[in-house]
Amino acid sequence: MSNAKDSVSRTVMVALVLCVVCSVIVSTAAVLLRDKQQANAINEKKYNILAAAGIEVVDGDLDAAFATITPKLVDMRTGEFSTDRDVNKYNMRKAAKDPAQARALTREQDIASIRKQSLYSTVYLVQGDQGIERIILPIHGYGLWSTLYGFIALESDFNTVAGLGFYEHAETPGLGGEVDNPRWKGQWPGKKVYAEGSYEPIIGLIKGKAEADELYKVDGLAGATLTSNGVTNLVKFWLGETGFAPFLANLKAGEA
Amino acid sequence: MSKTREILLGPIFTNNPIALQILGVCSALAVTSSLKVTLVMCIALTVVTAFSNFFISLIRNQVPSSIRIIVQMIIIASLVIVVDQVLKAYAYEVSKQLSVFVGLIITNCIVMGRAEAFAMQNPPVPSFFDGIGNGLGYSIVLLFVATIRELTGSGSLFGFEILPLVTNGGWYYSNGLMLLPPSAFFVIGGFIWLLRNAKIDQVEAVEYKLASHTNSN
Repeated sequence: MSNAKDSVSRTVMVALVLCVVCSVIVSTAAVLLRDKQQANAINEKKYNILAAAGIEVVDGDLDAAFATITPKLVDMRTGEFSTDRDVNKYNMRKAAKDPAQARALTREQDIASIRKQSLYSTVYLVQGDQGIERIILPIHGYGLWSTLYGFIALESDFNTVAGLGFYEHAETPGLGGEVDNPRWKGQWPGKKVYAEGSYEPIIGLIKGKAEADELYKVDGLAGATLTSNGVTNLVKFWLGETGFAPFLANLKAGEA
Repeated sequence: MSKTREILLGPIFTNNPIALQILGVCSALAVTSSLKVTLVMCIALTVVTAFSNFFISLIRNQVPSSIRIIVQMIIIASLVIVVDQVLKAYAYEVSKQLSVFVGLIITNCIVMGRAEAFAMQNPPVPSFFDGIGNGLGYSIVLLFVATIRELTGSGSLFGFEILPLVTNGGWYYSNGLMLLPPSAFFVIGGFIWLLRNAKIDQVEAVEYKLASHTNSN
């Protein structure tokens, strides 16, 4: 009896049947739930964009709140809008990993420690009656433990910050993780990125508390110097020369 | 009936997988910094343990002993993937926070331990209840740890503010250590201490005895 159960052919048979049954179950679950999962991922992104732009979602109606927002592709080399790729399908993170779609950054350029930058970036325009009301730019860079991914929103002067938020990071809870604290994030709206007439970003986090009337300074995160430096660097990078500064300059001149 | 009851409720206090058998501590450290995430993790683990026990018990007489551990792993892994997919579809926010730890249920010693120790020798229905019971035993420890950690570390429970934090204009200085994994060790230690105070038979025999001193003065 036990011999029959433990025979080689029986063992192979049991293994085979089990593998087939299990893989059918797993793939069925994956296929059935895929649509819902993708919808979740898209909603999540929309929600983050809205949160950065400071637009409130009324009654959980994400699409209604998102109706005023248009995604557009920006060519990072020229700082102009581009239609080379389908903006709804373009994925910045995937592109950054593909040598054909990304550019390597030199040591001096790469203050946010991201090594490679995708050639195209997806930006989001909040359209109003008088043209662009706000612009939402994707930002990311290295903190202490992890890459922080987020968005920064600028007002229509392309200099005043409308909001900032990170949707993905793994900084220390309670220290660097305080980048998610609404009180800390609440300081960003109203700050300015560039000095008058310049496109060199001077906004940044400082050690300790920033005075309320300081236009270019934001409170550092207590006990999280490296995360604070990381946030300063990534904001400076993405709003600087290799980031969106040429695009914003073009946009302001009406030539994007 | 009383046997089912024993199988179901025994693992909660008298034979708790974490407190007595010290199994499955890894995830107890990692996911207990907030109650909501912990609750989802507990449900996921209980479901996986119950169903893996059930299915393994169902085929226990067919499985050649040479590949039985692999067979158990395949069943457990498939269930975990299904649970992970369901969470991604219906509890996206929480599944993002749990990230890799849902996948790590596969390696949770409680699931494997119950499959090998109980499901391989018992019929499907008692095995199912054994899985639920051990899941509950795991859950009670995790929820205890998470309650303490979230309350002292973030001043909230289930995300609702209980102790207003200084950073939000309140009076409570949050204890950052409680948000980091090591704090779970202290809390689990405290739980085991409390439990063994109430149930003295769980106290392990001392492995050594201090000899009386030999100094004749």
